[in-house]
Amino acid sequence: MAERSNSEEVKLLGMWASPFSRRIEIALTLKGVSYEFLEQDITNKSSLLLQLNPVNKMIPVLVHNGKPISESLVILEYIDETWRDNPILPQDPYERTMARFWSKFVDEQIYVTAMKVVGKTGKERDAVVEATRDLLMFLEKELVGKDFLGGKSLGFVDIVATLVAFWLMRTEEIVGVKVVPVEKFPEIHRWVKNLLGNDVIKKCIPPEDEHLKYIRARMEKLNIKSA
Amino acid sequence: MAEEVILLDFWPSMFGMRTRIALEEKNVKFDYREQDLWNKSPILLEMNPVHKKIPVLIHNGKPVCESLIQMEYIDEVWPSKTPLLPSDPYQRAQAKFWGDFIDKKVYGSARLIWGAKGEEHEAGKKEFIEILKTLESELGDKTYFGGETFGYVDIALIGFYSWFEAYEKFGNFSIEAECPKLIAWAKRCVKRESVAKSLPGSEKITKFVPELKEKLGIE
Repeated sequence: MAERSNSEEVKLLGMWASPFSRRIEIALTLKGVSYEFLEQDITNKSSLLLQLNPVNKMIPVLVHNGKPISESLVILEYIDETWRDNPILPQDPYERTMARFWSKFVDEQIYVTAMKVVGKTGKERDAVVEATRDLLMFLEKELVGKDFLGGKSLGFVDIVATLVAFWLMRTEEIVGVKVVPVEKFPEIHRWVKNLLGNDVIKKCIPPEDEHLKYIRARMEKLNIKSA
Repeated sequence: MAEEVILLDFWPSMFGMRTRIALEEKNVKFDYREQDLWNKSPILLEMNPVHKKIPVLIHNGKPVCESLIQMEYIDEVWPSKTPLLPSDPYQRAQAKFWGDFIDKKVYGSARLIWGAKGEEHEAGKKEFIEILKTLESELGDKTYFGGETFGYVDIALIGFYSWFEAYEKFGNFSIEAECPKLIAWAKRCVKRESVAKSLPGSEKITKFVPELKEKLGIE
């Protein structure tokens, strides 16, 4: 039960197709926190966004009772510390550390490398796909014997790694290369099915058709050929 | 309880310095093991198979990687009168934001100062100064980034101070002239025993840079 009064103000400056924004929505929804979502146009940044995140000028920004917090991983930890129902980080310090480690790995290694696949062709693309797969193998191994990266139930790393499940894996069809084939990554595919069995995840990820349309449109704008 | 704490590190690493300082702040005895990054040891490869990088903190046989993550771990496992992070969630979030900022911005631009030439070097220098000014503005008139107490953000940044003389030499500029408040902050920090023990001398770093460039194949 939320201990705080109903006058608590939670706003989220986000973007409907951004994995970094959606992960915040997942966390807030898991904890039953009501929030006002303020859709941002990242190609034409609002004065509100620039005022609330003057340093990085990026979404997502969580605003809690007027005070802004930026950087999605930082926001996720803040949410977990502030609304204690349904904890997303484990209690044990070592396990917490591993959760932080894998989350950083998803954002700084997998995401950065996978992004390089878009727009590349031939041998160059093959090399990046190979590099992405090498990184994904670490997640594949982490999932052996587990329903979720967090163990028996959905946790911090799962929320962060939705980036892999619903962004990286969705763009495969558009980019024209199966970066995460089921033969090589059976555990990851099993995990995606488990995620889709969760009501909060289903509710909070971008609707597939719209999402794919958006990605195609973006690639067109950037003059990148899509499959 | 017999506690085993090992730190796999490399003496000029400003990231390793963070972990050294954090352990010293908590009075934790640790076994410092110097690593040769051009001939990585089996223990390094075993304990950090994902990144194969230092620093690696090994606590009772279990590895913790990534210096900012190590700082949080140290703070949680050895809670004491001197916490590294504030207890208020909003203050903690601010500290982590700045730690992340330092991680993402400082090293990259600084590296262009000693590791690049021409336009890239100039661009790196410009960016580096801008980043330091942003940090200086965040510091304001406070004693430390967190206020009156030395903590997480100070530790995240101070290791770079040992490299400032090298940056100034290779960049041909004065950091103090650009950011006097930041230099004053750094001088306050190095007075702390934990920092003095953990930072190598500036001269040693400056002498090391040409050797490092050679090892990395940079002219």
